[in-house]
Amino acid sequence: MKDDVKNPSEATLSETVSAPAENKGMSRRTFIKAAGALSGAAVGSGAITGFPMIWAQNIKNITLRQFGTGVSNLNAIAQKAKEDLGINLELTALDSDAVAQRTVTQPRSFDIADIEYWICKKVFPAGTMQAMDTHRLKNFDKIAPLFINGKLTPDSEIAQGTAPHTVGFVESASSTQFADSPTRWMTLVPTIYNADTLGIRPDLINRPITHWRDIMDPEFRGKTSILNIPAIGIMDAAMICESMGEITYADKGNMTRAEIDKTIEILKEAKSQGQFRAFWKSFDESVNLMSSGEVVIQSMWSPAVAAVRSKGIECRYQPLEEGYRSWGGGIGLAKHLSGIELDAAYEYIDWYLSGWVGAYLNRQGYYSAAPSTSKQFMTADEWNYWIEGKPAQGDILSPEGKVMEKAGAVRDGGSYWERMSSVACWNSVMDENKYMLRKWNEFIAS
Amino acid sequence: MRFFSQYISYFQAAPLALIILLFLLFPVLTILVVSFWDYDSYRLIPDFITENYEFLLTSPVTYSAYLKTLFYAIATLVITLLIGFTVAYYIAFYIRNSFVQSLLFIACTVPFLTSNIIRMISWIPLLGRNGLVNSALLETHIIDEPIEWLLYSDFSVILAFVHLYTLFVVVPVFNSMMRIDRNLVEAAIDSGASAMQTITHVILPLCKSGLAIGSIFVMTLVMGDFITVTMMSGGLSASVGVLIRNEISLLQYPAAAANAIVLLGTVLIMLSVMFRFINIKKEL
Repeated sequence: MKDDVKNPSEATLSETVSAPAENKGMSRRTFIKAAGALSGAAVGSGAITGFPMIWAQNIKNITLRQFGTGVSNLNAIAQKAKEDLGINLELTALDSDAVAQRTVTQPRSFDIADIEYWICKKVFPAGTMQAMDTHRLKNFDKIAPLFINGKLTPDSEIAQGTAPHTVGFVESASSTQFADSPTRWMTLVPTIYNADTLGIRPDLINRPITHWRDIMDPEFRGKTSILNIPAIGIMDAAMICESMGEITYADKGNMTRAEIDKTIEILKEAKSQGQFRAFWKSFDESVNLMSSGEVVIQSMWSPAVAAVRSKGIECRYQPLEEGYRSWGGGIGLAKHLSGIELDAAYEYIDWYLSGWVGAYLNRQGYYSAAPSTSKQFMTADEWNYWIEGKPAQGDILSPEGKVMEKAGAVRDGGSYWERMSSVACWNSVMDENKYMLRKWNEFIAS
Repeated sequence: MRFFSQYISYFQAAPLALIILLFLLFPVLTILVVSFWDYDSYRLIPDFITENYEFLLTSPVTYSAYLKTLFYAIATLVITLLIGFTVAYYIAFYIRNSFVQSLLFIACTVPFLTSNIIRMISWIPLLGRNGLVNSALLETHIIDEPIEWLLYSDFSVILAFVHLYTLFVVVPVFNSMMRIDRNLVEAAIDSGASAMQTITHVILPLCKSGLAIGSIFVMTLVMGDFITVTMMSGGLSASVGVLIRNEISLLQYPAAAANAIVLLGTVLIMLSVMFRFINIKKEL
C-alpha cells in the first residue's frame, strides 16, 4: 500500500508553514509556494527606504529555490525577502535525512541549501555545493565567533562533536577539504542554532529533574521517548549513558566501535524492560506524545516545547547538569549557481545576516548567528527575555503576535551565554557512521 | 501478409510486454545491480561486492525483522480472512435484495475513500493512555489502571492492518460467492447438510480463488509495509519495510537494494507456495 501513502510534496499543498507552534512541517514534506502568493506584491524602491542597507536592484524577480529542514524554512522569511530584495524565494521543507539525500543526489534541484553542520560534513565533500567568498559578504564580521573559531567567549572550551567552525571553511574556492582555521571560503553561512535538552511535563513528574540519566529512572517506565534519527539519537543516548556513569566517551561526536556497542547495549536493555513508550522521528510526533501524556520525559526540540505549551499544557525545556546537545544550521550555495543568480544568492545571504531574520528566529527561541544585527530589530524586553534570560516585563509574543509567555516568565536555561556555554556536544557524523547506523537499526529492531 | 498474420499475436502482446519491460523488469534489474555496489555516507560507488548481502544474511536484525514481519502478515491474514469471509458471506447469501446487496457492498468500501494514513492516525487518540477507550473503561470502573498495550504495541499494528486491508479480502471473496450457482446450495440443503456443512463442503471450496486473491493482496501489502508498523508501534518495532526505509533515508541505497531483493525473493517464494495449493487460472 506504499503507493497510497501520499507524499504531500507531490500534492500541491499551498499550506503555509508560518509559526513554530503550528509548524507541523518539520518532517513532512511541505511544499511552500511563497512566490505564487506574492505575485501581486509590487515592490518599488520606495519599500526599501528606511532600511539600513540599500540592496542591489538588478536582482529583482530572480527566483531562488531553497530547501532545508522546516526549522528555518519559514514563509515569513520568503515574504520579507521579496519585500526587501525583490527576489522570489521558493521554499521546500524536508526532514534532515531527506535534505542530505537531496543535496547529494539532486544537485540541480536547488539553488540554496539550508542544512545543518553535521549534514554539511557529510554532503559538502560530494562536490554539489560551492564555497562562498566571505569578501562578498558585508555582514561577515557580524557572525558570532562560535562559528568562526568555535569559542563563544575567548576563554570558552570547544564542545565535542561536529562543532560548526570545524566544517565552516574550506581551503580554497574549489576545494572540498575542510580547513582547520578560518579562511576566505565558507561552506555555510550560519543562520540558526540552539541548545537541546530533555523536555518534561512538570505537572506529571513530582520530583526535580536534574540529569540526563533521569530519563532511565524506573519511575518513568513506559513514559519516556527518545528520537529515532540515528545521528542525533545516539548523541542523546551518549549524554544519558555518560550521565549514568556507565561510559565515559573520549568524544561523543566520534565514538569508537566499542563505545557504540556499549551504548546500544544499554539502550536495548532499557527497551526490553519497557522503558520507552515510543520513538519519534518528526517534530509533530514529539509534540503529540508529550501533549497526550503518553510520555512525560523525552528528547525534544525547543519549538516543540513551545508548541505543547501553546496548547495550555505545562512543559519545560529542562536544563541539565551535564549540559546541552547543540546543533546549528546554515545556508550554502549550489554548485551550479552563476552570474546574476549567484549575485542574488550572495545578496540574499547578506540580507539573512542583516538582522530581520535573526530577530524573527530569536523570537521563536532559536539563536541568530549575527546577534548584534538582530538586536536592532527586537524590543528591549524581547531581547532581555530571549537573549539575556531576564524576566519578561510584558507579554512575550510569537512572531505572529500570539502570546507565548506572560509577563514575569523567565526562559528555561537562562541567557544565551549560559545556555551556549554549557554545550556538551554538537550534533555530528562519526567516522564509524555506517557501523553506528547498523547498531542503531539493531536497537530499533530488538 | 503471411508474415504479418504469422506474427500478429506477437504484435498484439508487444505493448504490454514493453510496459512490463520498462516499468517492472528494468527497475528491478537496476535494483539488483545497485545491490552489489559499495557506498559511503554520501556516495554510491559502482563496484561488485557481496558485502551488502553478507551483512544482511548474517545479521540477527534481519532475522528478527523477518520474524516480526511474518508474524504481522500471518496474524493479519488469519483475521482478515475470517472477517472478510463472514462479511462477504452475509452480503452474498443473507441479503436477498440485489439493490441492498450493492448498497451494503458500497458501504464496505466507503471508508476506503479516505487516505489510509488518516484511517491509521485516527486510532491513536482512541487507543492512547488517555484515549477514548481507556477513559471509558476507567470511567466505568472496569479497570483501575489504563491499559498500556492498546497503543504502540503489536496489537495496535495488527489492528491497523486488519482495518486497512480487510476490504481486499471482502471484494474477491464476494465476487467468487456471487458466481456460485444457488442450486448447489439448495442441493446441499436438500441432501440434509447443515448450514455449517454447506459452508465447509460447498461454499468454501468454491471461494478458493477469491480467498487466494485476497490472501495475495494482504500478504504482499503487509510484507512491504513500513508506515503502519512505524506509526502504530511508535517506532518500537521494525519490519523488513522499516529496515529498507531506514536505509534509504540514510542514503544507504545499496544496502536497501539488497534488502529489497531478498524481500522480493521471499514474497515470490511465498506466493508460489500459495499458487501450488490453488490454481487461480483454473478457478477463475
